[in-house]
Amino acid sequence: MRLFDLSLRHKIPLWGSALILTAALAIGAVFLVRAYDDLRQDLFTSAASLGQTLAQTLFPALLHDDLWRAFEIVRAPFHEGAAHNPLQPDAIFVLDGEMHILVASDPQRLPTLARLEELPGTFAALANALRSQPLNETRSFDLPATAHFFTATPIESGGRRLAALIIAHDRQVVWTRFFELAVRGALIGLIAVAALLPLNWYWGRRMAEPLIELSKGMDALVHGRPLPLPAAERYDYRDELGQLFSAYREAAAALNEKALLEKEMLRAERLAAVGRLAAGIAHEINNPLGGMLMAIDTLKQRGALDAATAKTIALIERGLQQVAETVGALLVETRVASRPLARHDFDDLHTLIEPQAVKKQLALEWRIDAPDTIDLPASVVRQILINLLLNAVQAAPTGGYLRLQAQAAERVLSLVVANSGAPLPEAVRSHLFEPFVSGREDGHGLGLWVTYQTVTQLGGRIEADWQDGEVRFTVTLPLEKPES
Amino acid sequence: MASLPLRPGNPARRRWLCVCLASLCLPAAAWATKPIRVGLTPAFVHDEYALMEEWRRYLEAKLGRPVEFIQRDSYRETMDLLRLDKLDFAWLCDYPYLYLKDLVRLLAVPLNEGRPYYRSYLIVAANDARQSMRDLKGAVFAYADPYSNTGYLTPRYMVKQLGEDPATFFKKTFFTWSHRKAIEAVATGFAQGAAVDSFVWETLARTQPALTAKTRIIARSPEYGFPPFVAHRNVSAADFEAMQRALIGMQDDLTGKMLLDRLNIDGFVRGDKRMYDDVAKMMRAFGEY
Repeated sequence: MRLFDLSLRHKIPLWGSALILTAALAIGAVFLVRAYDDLRQDLFTSAASLGQTLAQTLFPALLHDDLWRAFEIVRAPFHEGAAHNPLQPDAIFVLDGEMHILVASDPQRLPTLARLEELPGTFAALANALRSQPLNETRSFDLPATAHFFTATPIESGGRRLAALIIAHDRQVVWTRFFELAVRGALIGLIAVAALLPLNWYWGRRMAEPLIELSKGMDALVHGRPLPLPAAERYDYRDELGQLFSAYREAAAALNEKALLEKEMLRAERLAAVGRLAAGIAHEINNPLGGMLMAIDTLKQRGALDAATAKTIALIERGLQQVAETVGALLVETRVASRPLARHDFDDLHTLIEPQAVKKQLALEWRIDAPDTIDLPASVVRQILINLLLNAVQAAPTGGYLRLQAQAAERVLSLVVANSGAPLPEAVRSHLFEPFVSGREDGHGLGLWVTYQTVTQLGGRIEADWQDGEVRFTVTLPLEKPES
Repeated sequence: MASLPLRPGNPARRRWLCVCLASLCLPAAAWATKPIRVGLTPAFVHDEYALMEEWRRYLEAKLGRPVEFIQRDSYRETMDLLRLDKLDFAWLCDYPYLYLKDLVRLLAVPLNEGRPYYRSYLIVAANDARQSMRDLKGAVFAYADPYSNTGYLTPRYMVKQLGEDPATFFKKTFFTWSHRKAIEAVATGFAQGAAVDSFVWETLARTQPALTAKTRIIARSPEYGFPPFVAHRNVSAADFEAMQRALIGMQDDLTGKMLLDRLNIDGFVRGDKRMYDDVAKMMRAFGEY
């Protein structure tokens, strides 16, 4: 796996950290270079200023050959307490025209009247530099391979030059100061990096996580199984990422809806096919069954059957009766002549269901918002509602409630039967309206199937769902007969 | 005032008024305008200002008159002040005293370790191998003051005794204007040799041993009379007496004793001009006496 194939989860924080470290190092390096340069410049500026001050007071002393006074002047910057001055010179001395030391702050090292070239150390280099160019103004010397920075100031007044004042600074002074600054800078840098790195890590993860989730989501989307994205739900900014999330959500919702629709259609087709099959079989059975029952009836009326035969005949008759009942149940007939549905039909249903509801201590609520008559066959609608209400009584827990809602709009009658039961298990829900499927132990499983077939034949729809803590069956029936 | 018109009045009565006023004012005026002026020089450790102030107050109390200390860092300036009659008394070196022998009178001589004498020390740095004045030929030499006996006259006399010319014997010489600074010049290495007042060296050896420890005495001169207190010729006999009594009496009271102790001297005696004959001999060698 190549470095650049790393997950964004690692790549963003890594890149951020690299950037922070690079920036810190770059700034640090620039700072150090500047600091060294500034320090050196400060040193030279301070030395030049000191040199000019001392040169002014040295002039009369040297003019009067007052060496002691000159000595006191060059030693003045070395008083006790000046030891902590970071730019403390290492030595100050006065040179005459022949490069002899007239006075020096440290006569042990720079003896009076000694020749500069003959001194140990790097003073000879200074003598050469001074000889190579006349000293007309304060000059600083950063001579290679010397232990000191030198600042030379002419001691002159009114055009008369007496000598040159040299201020020598140990290079170590600058380096010491520089290292102090560098250490301090590094510490500050470390603190900054220590504060920035976790911040960067946190920010990087925050950036990466929604992207990673989105990537997983897109993958799932391509395979037709959109995932819910919790990070996307939390992300409520309208930037590009937010727009991506919202596009994803729309795509996922559209896909879900399509899948749901396809499922519904499949279900409806299956139920219709089962209905047709059942009705077809029921018709095919019904005709010979009627003949068989008629024949048995005739045989019974003719009489003179021995006991064993009569018993057998009765057995066959009961069996056929049961077949007839089942087949009758399967034969859903909505095209019966019936009076239109009236308001008092709902009151009748209340009366019918009440004894059973009382038995389970259910509260009954009838919310009827309908005209006096509705153009729907009263017997069919009553059958639908009785089925649903009986189911609801069974499903509701003892002490719960049962509600019937009817609302007639301009072109549809919507009926809701709700009870305070538990939600239907998914296994039951997906085969709810199929024949011989029952949520209960004792049902034959045809109630809801018949209801579904009836509603469908009326051109309506029936849906079951669980909302607001109750199980709801919603039936929507068109008030005009379907075209077919 | 002069332009104011004078009112005619009785001249006798006016004169009498003036006398009354003058007699009232005189003592106060004398107190305010006639202090005793004392010149101080680097003949002793003269730059301990708190001590000088205490000594001045002590003398004021003793004399019942204001005393003014006039400090100068070179003998030359103090000598000039005496010549200009701007000092009544001065603590001088013996060399300037002999120089001004016609202008001043010997007032009192301090006692150094019980005796009114001191000498000149020839010093080099403690780590310097030189053993005598002869070894210092071609060296950088620090003189104290051109009117100092121990710091100028004596070393030059020593060089002369060696048969050399003091003007060329050393490679370089300079004045530090005080014995203490001459010691510092040697201690720091700025000069290789110096001649200093034995009294100043010994006093510093007591108060600042770190400084004198950096130097080493390689020669001691014969004894000379200690730098004396002198009085200007014009000082009245009464003032002379009073000042002499005050100085000599210092060892008789506690405050005086304490001051003497801090000055590192034991007291004052009247002294005798003959104590300075050796100095006069040296001066004669240079044609100065």
